[in-house]
Amino acid sequence: MSVPLLAVEGLEVRHGAVTAVHGLSLEVDRGEIVGLIGPNGAGKSSTLHAIMGAVRPAAGDVRVRGESVVGKRPEAVARTGVALVPEGRRIFADLTVDENLKLGLAGRRTHDGADDDLARVYELFPAVEESLKRKAGTLSGGQQQQLAIARALVADPEVLLLDEPSLGLAPRMVDVVFETLAAIRDRGLAVLLVEQRAQRTVALADRSHVLANGQQRLTLGPESAGDTAALVSAYMA
Amino acid sequence: MTVALLNIDWQTLADATGLGAIYALMAVGIGLVFGVLRLVNFAYGQLIMAGAYALAFASERGWPVSVGIVLCFAVVLTLSLLMDRIVFRPLRAQTPAVMLVATFAVAFLLQSIALLWFGPLGKIASSLATLNQPVTISGVDIRKIAIVATALAAVCLLALVLLLERTRVGLHMRAAAMDFRTAELLGVRAGRVISAAVLVSGVLAAIVAVMLTVQNPLVTPDFALRDTILVLAGVVLGGMNRLVSATLGGFAIGFASGLLGGALPTNQSQYLPSFLFAAVILVLLVRPGGLFTREGQQAVERV
Repeated sequence: MSVPLLAVEGLEVRHGAVTAVHGLSLEVDRGEIVGLIGPNGAGKSSTLHAIMGAVRPAAGDVRVRGESVVGKRPEAVARTGVALVPEGRRIFADLTVDENLKLGLAGRRTHDGADDDLARVYELFPAVEESLKRKAGTLSGGQQQQLAIARALVADPEVLLLDEPSLGLAPRMVDVVFETLAAIRDRGLAVLLVEQRAQRTVALADRSHVLANGQQRLTLGPESAGDTAALVSAYMA
Repeated sequence: MTVALLNIDWQTLADATGLGAIYALMAVGIGLVFGVLRLVNFAYGQLIMAGAYALAFASERGWPVSVGIVLCFAVVLTLSLLMDRIVFRPLRAQTPAVMLVATFAVAFLLQSIALLWFGPLGKIASSLATLNQPVTISGVDIRKIAIVATALAAVCLLALVLLLERTRVGLHMRAAAMDFRTAELLGVRAGRVISAAVLVSGVLAAIVAVMLTVQNPLVTPDFALRDTILVLAGVVLGGMNRLVSATLGGFAIGFASGLLGGALPTNQSQYLPSFLFAAVILVLLVRPGGLFTREGQQAVERV
């Protein structure tokens, strides 16, 4: 029964001589948010890239519903039901909002129900629906982030990976993003959230792994969100 | 009047427009593949050459025009797909320099094969020679090929716009040209997008082969070589980065080439390429990003 939706086991990622991730293991299941926090260069983004197949892990395994996806190309991993909201949003600025969403459909396993999923995404992001005909590059930073999340969701993923979705956003928009993530969890998705905002992430996530120098330092539950000392020591360790 | 001074008449204008249209199609063919692969295909002219030989082959045997055209398409498309499978795909992860040299190698290979198989003297593709006859439109004689080429190019460009703007594979092609990595992460099938670009590019090469053999029925191993170099200059001139600007660049250089060719006295026409390339260098010195790009978006974005 208990095969987790996403399982990472002993993951190792190297960029040339540099080991970016060293022996990371984690699991994310339906209706869970798992946080991955740590300073710049801790290996958080490398972990997400390895899960998506954008970089090939030097060792370890990534399993979706118990099946290894190591060696698959990103386009194929996307079609196993894993969607990434990339760092820096990476929306297509010269395409319209509508076209950006249509690109998200490329990751669907089946086109049945696409309209329903679009409707559910609009429900979550009314601002996106209001600007369908606009060029995505004319949206504000916060709207672009919402579009990036919406674009990932229309692929109807079971696993959602987010790479620093709050980066560069105004405080009010950060609130919106974190509220959205809670709503996405309530819809039953498995969410792996890479963030620099440690405190907010720990408070939101079901558990958060602290990563430093590519190594897993410790795991915190939401009750540790107020425990600044634990966070600081984890970062400094 | 300037026009009279340069010895330009309506006939020359029509011919120049026709040549510009053909070059515009070549520019699109080169630009499409560049968009998704970041690869300048120097072997594009040899694809056209191969198509021209197919037309000559059919023409010499007295086969009907339609059979020659079908053969031309079959040869060009097969070669395009082979080139994609054997050269482009395996080298996709390599640096642009490696891919560039590889397309040079393919270009010379195809040219050598043509030389070995068909000899240096050339074959005649004359099935469509009647298109060189003029029609008289309000007192001006205009060659049919100028009209056909212009109309055909317009239809092709319209069809391409519809493909890119209205279909799913078109959207995926545009996205891949903007940011291939992100497109793949979203689940866009890289192979399908590349194949589509290569195929469309091949279709355009075949059409250009038909048009060019009307202009120049003598098919030699260096057929379309000069045209390709001019188009590449035009594409760089217009701005490689965007399909629209590349197409305009191709049209501009074809039009200028046709105009100067008609305007220069026959004994000076050997200076034509020098004129054109001097103009290209001049433009690039002033606008390195290309003639038809907007300010502030001149650098080629690489991911």
